Amino acid sequence: MTNTLSDLPAFPMERRCPFDPPPQLTRLRAEDPVSRVRLWDGSTPWLITRYEDQRAVLADPRFSADVHKPGYPHLTAASAVRRERSRAFISMDNPEHDAHRRMLTRDFMVKRVEALRPTVQRFVDELIDDMLRDIPPVDLVEAFALPVPSLVICELLGVPYADHAFFQRCSRTLISRTVTPDATIAAADELKDYLSRLVDAKDREPADDVLSRLVVKQLRTGALTRSEVVDMAVLLLVAGHETTANMIALGTLTLLQHPDQLAELRGTDDPQLVVNAVEELLRYLNITHTGRRRVALEDVEVGGQLIRAGEGVIAANDVANRDETAFPDPDALDIHRQARHHMAFGYGIHQCLGQPLARVELQVVYSTLYRRIPTLRLAAPLEEITFKHDMAVYGVHELPVTW
Amino acid sequence: MNVVIDQDKCVGAGQCVLLAPDVFDQRDEDGIVVLLQENPPEQLHEDVRQAARVCPALAIQLDDS
Repeated sequence: MTNTLSDLPAFPMERRCPFDPPPQLTRLRAEDPVSRVRLWDGSTPWLITRYEDQRAVLADPRFSADVHKPGYPHLTAASAVRRERSRAFISMDNPEHDAHRRMLTRDFMVKRVEALRPTVQRFVDELIDDMLRDIPPVDLVEAFALPVPSLVICELLGVPYADHAFFQRCSRTLISRTVTPDATIAAADELKDYLSRLVDAKDREPADDVLSRLVVKQLRTGALTRSEVVDMAVLLLVAGHETTANMIALGTLTLLQHPDQLAELRGTDDPQLVVNAVEELLRYLNITHTGRRRVALEDVEVGGQLIRAGEGVIAANDVANRDETAFPDPDALDIHRQARHHMAFGYGIHQCLGQPLARVELQVVYSTLYRRIPTLRLAAPLEEITFKHDMAVYGVHELPVTW
Repeated sequence: MNVVIDQDKCVGAGQCVLLAPDVFDQRDEDGIVVLLQENPPEQLHEDVRQAARVCPALAIQLDDS
């Protein structure tokens, strides 16, 4: 197959319906499931679109997550520069990856995040109390969706929530697809300086939080360098709030478009329905919509195509989550379906570390918000809602609501 | 059904615990999987199969013989 560069489709592609993956991606999954695409820099990595092929690739150690390796398919010039300057486990292969990740798995394990559930509930209740004291319309993103995960990750990490405006601004820059490399480096450096000062504070006076534990157990013992601790903290801070915030706002918008299911969710006594609805919304929305990226270390055959060593690979998990071989009637939102095997958190050794925490936060939010504000509705027509096509994490920029 | 776990492969995602809490737990020091019972009863088999399927690290092997 000899496509010229200009024949190859550009990636990422454009959506038509804001709740569905780009139609071109869906077409590729049906007609050409493992094929090359063209990125911003002219590189031509392989795009993997089917569910089973993506699971195979992401579980295969012959595909590296190391952003420093030639052929790694970077999202933008800015992210290339930024990620190459950081060392965190998201960009490592084994054995180093497991060694770093295991420094954090204790804090994110199921029983520990379960113990945070009452705290999450309290944050949610108080934010809703505040919102109800306001006169609508209110922007749900600013008033609720962003503060919930921000408060939680600050509590967990030991970062003062009072500084949230600052690190929210930095985070937004770091996940923008339209920002320049210089702006990205500036934001990353600001965040690193801030966290470095916090590391000093924890060293002087350790508290019961993740950053203190990293300082005491890893920095003081020399297991991690200062810059590695800071890079890890940046990753947790950014990953810990933009993603969940977007699921809260976009999930709310989605449920408002499916009033029967929203009513059922609102009225249910069955916590399992809430658990199920969270998984289904994660699957349906798949907000990490720029694909899981790797580079081949050896020649590997995937879906009948030979991927050669040094070639980039993108597993488009948004379109895997709509693969009918994995999910019958995949484009329908159905809070009763069995969606546990979705790929919204990725797959393989890099599958989201924060997923138990994300689940608790979303379960608390979706079981509380609509019950507390049963007449919640959009305060603007759907056509006026602006979506984050321009960000690495999808969602809505604002969500004007009333009640 | 015979369940075998691989603690070296486990990345502590915790999905197995959420799906089959009577069969899987996580150890306190690092959240890595521990097996509570090697031969779970019939009524848990479906949950255990799901746990094995969703495990991101392929750390759960099932032997149905």
